[in-house]
Amino acid sequence: MSGVTHHIPDAMLAAYAAGSLPQAFAVVVASHISLCDHCRTALAAHQAVGGVVLEGSDAVPVSTALKDNLFALLDSPFVPEPVFDRSGIFPGPVMELLKGRALQWKSLGMGVRQDILSEDGTGSVRLLYIPPGQAVPDHGHNGLEMTLVLQGSFSDETGHFGVGDVEIADQDLEHTPMADPGDPCICLAATDARLRFNALIPRMLQPLFRI
Amino acid sequence: MRVMDQGTLQLTNARRPFSGGRPNEGRFVPPDCPDFSDQTKWMLAVRDHQDRTAFSHLFDYFAPRLKGFLMKGGINAAQAEEIVQDVMLTIWRKAAQFDPHRAQVSAWIYQIARNRQIDIFRKENRPVPEELKEDPGTEADASQVLGLEQETGQLRRALANLKPEQREMIEKAYLGELTHQEISAETGLPLGTIKSRIRLGMERLRHELKDLKQ
Repeated sequence: MSGVTHHIPDAMLAAYAAGSLPQAFAVVVASHISLCDHCRTALAAHQAVGGVVLEGSDAVPVSTALKDNLFALLDSPFVPEPVFDRSGIFPGPVMELLKGRALQWKSLGMGVRQDILSEDGTGSVRLLYIPPGQAVPDHGHNGLEMTLVLQGSFSDETGHFGVGDVEIADQDLEHTPMADPGDPCICLAATDARLRFNALIPRMLQPLFRI
Repeated sequence: MRVMDQGTLQLTNARRPFSGGRPNEGRFVPPDCPDFSDQTKWMLAVRDHQDRTAFSHLFDYFAPRLKGFLMKGGINAAQAEEIVQDVMLTIWRKAAQFDPHRAQVSAWIYQIARNRQIDIFRKENRPVPEELKEDPGTEADASQVLGLEQETGQLRRALANLKPEQREMIEKAYLGELTHQEISAETGLPLGTIKSRIRLGMERLRHELKDLKQ
C-alpha cells in the first residue's frame, strides 16, 4: 500500500527475520508486511543477510542416515500448511489468530471496544475499535506497544496514522491518540507486557461520576 | 510453449505441484541458464521438475551448513539434525514458492530454517506475511535473477570485510540471539543496493499480477 508512512524499524525487521521478536510483535510485523511492500522488501534484504550468514557457517557433516530418511519421506503424503488469506480489512496473520471465529467485541466504555486475539505471560495481541473523534483511553503500557491501523485513522502528538501505519510506543511516550473523523478506527495492537486495562473502565467513568 | 530468447527464460504453465494442480511439466528452465549459481539451478530443477539429483546436490551443500549454523546457535547435534531434516523436507514440499527474482536460495532457506526451528521448539506457529502469489505463465527474467545473485555476492564480501567483532554481532543477530533492542539499526552492511534489486523483483511480480487481473 503506497499510503503507508510509518514503517517497521529496521532492527525489528532483523529480529523478526531471525525469529527473536516476541510472538505478539511478530503478528503485527507480519500483518504490516502483508500491507506494505516497502517493509516486505526490507525484510527480504535481512533474509538475504541471514542467508549469507547461513552459507558462511562451518559445514558440520550430517549422518548418512539423515539423507536416507529424508529421501524416503519425499513421496509421503502430507497436509499442506493452511494458508490464511486477507478478509476485508484483516490481513492473513490476523485471520490466522481469529481461527475462523467471528469478531467478539467487548466494550471498554465510551464506545471503545476490544477483541483479544491472544494473551499469555509474554504479551498480548488485540483488535481495538475506536469511534470517530474518540480519544483512545490512556491504558498505560509497561513495556512496548505496537499499533497497526487496519481501518480509519488516528492522530496523536507524534503524527497521523492511517491504514497500514504502525505506531511504536514505549513506556516513556506520553500520548493521547484520537480517532479521526470518518470511519471508526480499527487497530491491531500488541504489547510485550500485560496491559493495565483492568483499571480502564473505572478511570473512564470517573469524569461522568464527577458531574 | 518452450521458448528461450537470448538471456530470457520462457516459463509456461507453472502449476504448484502441491496445491492440487498437476505437476508442472510445462514449466521449463533450460539446463544452461547462463551463469546462474549452482544453488539456483538446483533449486529451480527441484521446483520445476521435482528433480531428485538436484535435490541431492542441494542437500549435500546446505545440510552440513544448516547443521553448523544451528549448532553455532547452541543447539546440540541430534536436535540440529532433526531440524535439518525438517527444513530440507519443507524445501522440497514448498519448492513451488521459491522465486529467484525476489530471494536467493540461501535467503529462502534461511527463513524456512528460522520458521521451522521456532515452530518445533516453541510449539507455536510463526506468524508469516501473506504470500505474494506468482501466477501461471510468469516469465523468468534472467538479468533480474543474476542481478540479485550479484548483490548477494556484494553482501557476502561486505560481511567478510567487517571488523571481526562487528561481524560476530551480525552473526548473533541473524542466529536469533539478540533482541530487537540489542540489534543496532546500523548493521554496517550496505543493504540499500540489495533492497533496490529486490524491489525490482517485487514490482515485476506485482505488474504480472495486475496484467493478469485486467
